[in-house]
This record gives sequence, C-alpha cells and structure tokens, in this order.
Amino acid sequence: MSTPEATETGHGDISTGVAGGDSNASATRITPGNALRPEDIALEVKTGLVKPSEDVAEYALRLGDDALILAQRLGHWISRAPELEEDIALGNIALDQLGHARSFLTYAGAGMPKEDGTATSEDELAYFRREHEFRSVQLFEQPNGDFAATIARQFVVSYYQYQLYRRLTESTDATLAAIATKAVKEVDYHRDHSSQWVLRLAGGTEESRTRMIHGLRLMWPYVNELFQDDDLTRRLAEAGAGVVPSSLREDFDRLTADVLTEAELEVPDVPAAPGGGRYGKHSEHLGYLLAEMQVLAREHPGASW
Amino acid sequence: MAAQNLQSVPAERTAGTSETADAEGQAHFDRIIAEDSRIEPRDWMPAAYRKTLLRQVSQHAHSEIIGMQPEANWISRAPSLKRKAILMAKVQDEAGHGLYLYSAAETLGQSRDKMMDDLIAGKARYSSIFNYPARTWADMGAIGWLVDGAAICNQVPLCRASYGPYGRAMVRVCKEESFHQRQGFEILLELSNGTPEQKQMAQDAVNRWYAPALMMFGPPDDDSPNSKQSMAWNIKRFSNDELRSRFVGMMVEQVRVLGLTLPDDQVRFNEDTRKWEHGPLDWHEFQEVLAGRGPCNAQRLERRRAAHDDGAWVREAAAAYAAKQSAKQQKEYAA
Repeated sequence: MSTPEATETGHGDISTGVAGGDSNASATRITPGNALRPEDIALEVKTGLVKPSEDVAEYALRLGDDALILAQRLGHWISRAPELEEDIALGNIALDQLGHARSFLTYAGAGMPKEDGTATSEDELAYFRREHEFRSVQLFEQPNGDFAATIARQFVVSYYQYQLYRRLTESTDATLAAIATKAVKEVDYHRDHSSQWVLRLAGGTEESRTRMIHGLRLMWPYVNELFQDDDLTRRLAEAGAGVVPSSLREDFDRLTADVLTEAELEVPDVPAAPGGGRYGKHSEHLGYLLAEMQVLAREHPGASW
Repeated sequence: MAAQNLQSVPAERTAGTSETADAEGQAHFDRIIAEDSRIEPRDWMPAAYRKTLLRQVSQHAHSEIIGMQPEANWISRAPSLKRKAILMAKVQDEAGHGLYLYSAAETLGQSRDKMMDDLIAGKARYSSIFNYPARTWADMGAIGWLVDGAAICNQVPLCRASYGPYGRAMVRVCKEESFHQRQGFEILLELSNGTPEQKQMAQDAVNRWYAPALMMFGPPDDDSPNSKQSMAWNIKRFSNDELRSRFVGMMVEQVRVLGLTLPDDQVRFNEDTRKWEHGPLDWHEFQEVLAGRGPCNAQRLERRRAAHDDGAWVREAAAAYAAKQSAKQQKEYAA
C-alpha cells in the first residue's frame, strides 16, 4: 500500500488518496451516486462475492467497534445538546459513525462464520459479544462529559480517522477501500466540526477555555493507544490491505497542532494510559455502555426487529 | 396597533397615519384570504392573525423539540443497528422540523430565544401526546404509526395554510413525517409477525397510544372556540372532528394489515354521514395532561431545561468568539 504524499494540509482537502473515487474503490457495484450501504456488503457476503481474510476480518472488527462505540456515545446528545443545531450535528456524526460501524461489522462477520457456516451478522457482533470481546480502543468509550469533553474526543477521533480512512482508500482489499472511500468524506466534515468548536471554545469565554483545556486533558491519555502497532497491523500493512497505526502519527500530530496553535492551546502534557482495548482490555466505562445497548436484544434472543 | 411594534413589519407599511395604513392593509389582507393566496412576512396582517399564528407555529415547534424525548429514550437501546440508525435519523429530523418552525415563527416577530424561554418557563404549550411515556420498543412503532400518522392528517392541510412561511415549512415536514409513519408501521409489522412476546408488546403499545393519538386533533368541534376563526383565515382547513374521523378510517384499514386491533369496539362507518365514528374519548384526561398533570410533563420540561442550562456556557462562548472574530476582521479591514 502506497503512502500518500505528506503534503496534505488542513481539512477540506480530501483529494489526496481519494483519487479515482467510488467507481474504482470497489470491485463491486458501487458507483458514484450509489454510495456503499451495509446492506450492499451483506448481500455480497451472502452471495459469496466477498470474503475477508482472517486478518482483514479482525481488522474490520476493530474499526467497526471503534465506530459503533462512538456512535453509541454521541447518540446520547440527541435531545440534550447546547443548541438545536448541535442536536442535529452530533446526531449526524453519530449516524455516520453508525453507518461505518455497520459496514465494517458486516464485513468482519463474513470472516467469522458460525457453526452452520453462515456469516456472523452485524447485530450478532454488536449485541451478543461480551465486553472483553470488543476490540475498540479506550478513547471511544470515554464518557461524553460536558460538551467540551465530547468535542475534545471528537477532535482526536476525527483527525485520527481521517488519516486512517484516507490511507485505507488505497487498500488492496476492495471492500475495506470502498468503506473507507465513503467514510473519509464524512469524517472530513467531523474534522471541520470538531476543529471549529475547539477554536470557539478556546477563544470564547474564560469558562469555555477552561473547560476546553480540561476536556483535552481528559481525552489525551488515550491518544497513544490509537497509534500502537501490533502483529496484525504489521501483517496487513505488508499485504497492502491495512495501515500500521504508527505511520498515521506524524500527520495527526502536525494537523492537530495547527488547530491547537491557532486556538492558543498546548498539547496536553499528560501521561499516556497503557491501552489494551484491541485485546479486550477496556476502561471501566464500556460495561455500562454495552449493558444499555444490548439489553433489549438480549431479552429476545433470536428475535428479528 | 400592536403589529407596529413588531420588527418584521416594514417601514413603508407602517408609515403614514396608522388608520389609513390599517384600512389599506386590512383590504389587502382580506383580498388575499378571499383569493386563497398567501400572506407573507412583510404583508400587513391583523394583530389577532399574527398572534394566532405565532401561538400555533411556536407550539408546533415546541412539540417537535419535546417530541424528540420519548424517542431519544430508545436510541441507546434500539434492538438492531439498522433500527438504531433509522431512529437516530428520525429524531434528528424532528430537531430539523423544530428549526424550520422556529424560523417560520420568527418571521412573525418573535425571537427563538424568547420562544425557548417561554417553553422552559412552562408558559408555552406543546402537544400533550408527548407527556406520555415510551415504555417499550414497540412504542417507537406506535408513535410512528399513530402519533406521526395523526400529525400527518393534521399537517397535510397546513401545507396550504395562508401564512407562506408556515405552509412552506409544512411541505417539507410532511414529506419527512410520511417516512416516519411508514417506519413506525414497519416496526409494528415486524413485531406483530415476530415472537408472541413481540406481538404482545406491539398490541400493548397500540392500546396505549390509540386514544391519546385521537385526542391530538383537539377537542370536539362544539368545544373548540378558536377553530372557526382559524378556518376563516385559511390557516385551518378542516375541523378537528372531521380530521379525527378521517384518521380513524385510515387506521381501521392499516391495523388489519398489521394483524393487530384497535382498542375501541365502537369504531364504525356511519353510512348516513359517510364518516367514521369512534368510541368516547376521555377529555378529562386530555385536560389534565394539558394542565400539566400528565405522566411525563415534569420530566419533559426538566430535560429541556437541563439541556438549555447546561448548554448556556457553550452558546455564550460561541457568541463571544463570533464577536471577537468580527472585531478582528473589522480591525484588519480598517488597517
């Protein structure tokens, strides 16, 4: 997998790495104006058109879990945001993340067949795994806190996901590339949203500045985990299907620093947490989130909705 | 002339002697209503027309915003990811409807902040249906099918309301509402064809939401003092009872497809009047909920108040930042 040029600058420029657009991103029937839906992937899985390798499935599970947990967190803001426009904006971002999660999980499930040989569904993965089976990194499960904490989390996530998806548009795995091609455009807006709020809160009132600084300090210990490599990501990078997370760090640091500098903020000087989410070691927060998310589905195992 | 105090009344219409302006304005207004054409924000309008509309449109906006809560209650627990996505999109649509409607109401001369303050202070009303709890997942189906269904019956004629901004807002609102109703129907259909527990859940939800949904059309015609004037002004096109009867007829057909029943054994088509009839409704309960003594009135208002209060520092920050940026730009421009 080729490394995109390092000339990419702030948000708004998504041409690099997305060249070719939807029509080339997938070997399947995804064309411009006909965006990739989770249902499309499910159909391709069912008809045997696509099947991820074991490594790709595990990788898709990681990325799907990240997006799912974030969607669950952000969904909580709907009807509670500081302004109606933010109910809509945060709801939109949650929906985008949920869409990415559904695509990644559907694809992951295709590489994780059940005993009868059929693919594991997105819902079976979301609702019937236990806490230690989730592969999301710990940043995504961090509580919403106040609006500044949520924006701090969004700021880190959107800059990270943008770099990641931008690179994955060139994945040798056509389905991962297709998901990333759709996702990178959406995450670019998330980046715009979060960076604008970082500037507003940092440059608004004394209170908002204090809260923004506090929010960044709350989230920054979990930044390191985003960029940790392991055998899986090294193998996938070698095969051109995935990315070693450490290779995203430089652009992430540079682009977030641009915003922080403009906001007259420092990169928080806080110790990094050890992480471990990719191996099922989560913070104390995930269990509650899952308990709420899964409760109804688990009351009616096997039911369809 | 009260309307003169409102900022949306343009200077040219309020210039001159107010009596002449009033007489001319009234003639113009009467002509537009007689032609069944549209009043626009800059047109002269009677103070009572403005007041009626402002009340109706702002109440409608408040209903959308408060109405987000019972459904937001199930976003985190939606039983499949697809349903979660649909529900999120739906509640988000409602925030959007609230925004268009507050904007439409603002053209009548009142700020969104003031309307929001009135809502939080308990001075403004919203549809009493949202003071009932959404106890189970099936309520997402029943709210979509019955509550949004009733709302559509009410709102489709409002697309032709004489006040332009309101009518136009309703066109878009109705398009989205019809999606909402279909997704509600689909939830119930899936449950009805599911396990016995799921079917029971669906029937229970329909039982609980049926009567409150019928009461959404407002009091019976002989007890609805404002209706006549609203109809004369081409705001309202059909009476409460007329709309209610139509709605019952639609539900009778659809509930069969769902394989469920309506909790009303007196529903029948009256061959003489050619109208659908239903059993008695508990208007005492309606008045109680309207008066603030419903199951969730306090909870709904408190949640809105909390969101508003918790967000105050964010809105202040955004305003302060915008002011600083604008001052900076002016300085740069001057330099």
